[in-house]
Amino acid sequence: MKIRKFDTKVQHLKYKVLREVARHAWAGDLLEKVTDIPEIIVPGNTATMRCCVYKERAILSKRVKLAMGGDTENKNVIEVISIACDECPMGGYEVTNACRGCLAHRCEDVCKFGALTFDEQQKAHIDKSKCKECGACSKVCPYSAITHHKRPCQSACKIKAISMDENKAAKIDDEKCISCGACVYQCPFGAISDKSYILDAIDIIKNSENNTKYKVYAVVAPSISSQFTYAKLGQVVTGIKKLGAYTTVEAALGADMVAMEESKELVEKGFLTSSCCPGFVRYVEKNFPDMKENISHNLSPMARIAKYIKETDESAKIIFIGPCTAKKAEIQLDKVKPYVDVVLTFEELQALFDSRDIDITTLEEGVLDNASYYGRIFARCGGLSDAVVEALKEQNIDDFEVKGISCDGIEECKIALIKKNKNLIDVNFIEGMACNGGCIGGAGCLTHGAKDKSEVDKYGMQAYEKTIKGAVGVFKSNENK
Amino acid sequence: MKNMKITICIGSSCHIKGSRVVVERIQELVEENNLGDKVTIKGAFCMGKCVEGVCVTINEKHYSVNKDEVDEFFEKEVLANIE
Repeated sequence: MKIRKFDTKVQHLKYKVLREVARHAWAGDLLEKVTDIPEIIVPGNTATMRCCVYKERAILSKRVKLAMGGDTENKNVIEVISIACDECPMGGYEVTNACRGCLAHRCEDVCKFGALTFDEQQKAHIDKSKCKECGACSKVCPYSAITHHKRPCQSACKIKAISMDENKAAKIDDEKCISCGACVYQCPFGAISDKSYILDAIDIIKNSENNTKYKVYAVVAPSISSQFTYAKLGQVVTGIKKLGAYTTVEAALGADMVAMEESKELVEKGFLTSSCCPGFVRYVEKNFPDMKENISHNLSPMARIAKYIKETDESAKIIFIGPCTAKKAEIQLDKVKPYVDVVLTFEELQALFDSRDIDITTLEEGVLDNASYYGRIFARCGGLSDAVVEALKEQNIDDFEVKGISCDGIEECKIALIKKNKNLIDVNFIEGMACNGGCIGGAGCLTHGAKDKSEVDKYGMQAYEKTIKGAVGVFKSNENK
Repeated sequence: MKNMKITICIGSSCHIKGSRVVVERIQELVEENNLGDKVTIKGAFCMGKCVEGVCVTINEKHYSVNKDEVDEFFEKEVLANIE
């Protein structure tokens, strides 16, 4: 790889599978070639990832299946590849040989649960039945002798939807799972993956016969501004057109509309939780059923703009491209299904570019400018709250004070919801983002960098429209139908 | 009966050339001239002629409208042709 397009080698491997599947889908020979793909990716007989090439290929064939939509019996868009799971140890906190049997016993003092005991050599032991996994002992040990063995997937899954099956492989509780994809990104063996619908996207593009049968609209999430860092955003837009889209529209324009509508809903109801993040919405519905009424009834920005596009063009097909695996689940919902035809991630977009040998760095820059600053900053945590406050200001609603809390990641969401439920915090608006940092931390991102937030803000500043009202001004055109 | 359909491009290229101004002004002019029951105004994302923006079509016929010349356009192409 000349240019580093991904954070991890796991992503790169997934990308190679997607790219090969896409190549054959474009060529129309996928059914004949599908069984060859593992060997194309792992040729020869020297294993580089697992015990032998045969296991590598066996896992790859599962990845190919996921690239082609995965198990249709299972509704969850996130799936475990059991044979790829390395069955990581999960013993919790353990004292290692580095324990020197010191006199201080800081570990004992700090443990609130009395879980530490000492043998004749003064070496520490942890009583598993008492340990609450708080990690305090590990932090205070001057020799760093207490380590933590928790599976990365389980650490990543803050809502505790991952456990172990009878063969010690990871298992997802599909009822609990919010499809955020945190485990997908965190598993170092790539044993959990989101299902891909690239074949649906390719079909839509092919069947449009160059946008003559119907038009294919790509709707891109504003977090795209922190992705494809090796090229210019305008080149990505041209690349999407080269792939076969008729045009590209910013989901951020849908966000502008949502900000206007959601702010009014907030004033009406007096307390609201945001509806943009499908992971968060699902979490609230499952875990805080009493608050269901307070989830904003607005569509998400993706669905909102898709609905609008279909109002202007009835036969339109819509491909959403974003950072989010949960969006793949969102479009299964009855209220979203009619508007968005397929969801792709940025990872998948990269694979599609390369399946067509489109080097976006060589392309001219296209234009992408539909939304305002506020619609664009939805991509990062806090942006939605800023937009709601702004929307009220622009509508001259000044007798309502927004007391918002922006929750960065599902853990913060959980805490805010519990507190609100018990009336322990004085807030009337909860912005919930399941991923850390907001959408820019999504599992389908190519990269997850420290600079991503400032990239989004910069992109926001570049918007032609400076106000939400300005951006949604164009919608007047459909009002008097 | 509505017999005139005006479609204004609100895609990216036309947007930065001021399609919002065109939308808003045409909307105003339709109201001022009491043509609400004769004219339908619609938006469209891209009409494929980005360099000619702001793109406007009246009953499928294509026009290129400058955001500062909406009034002239309206008089010539809308008012003159309305039944």
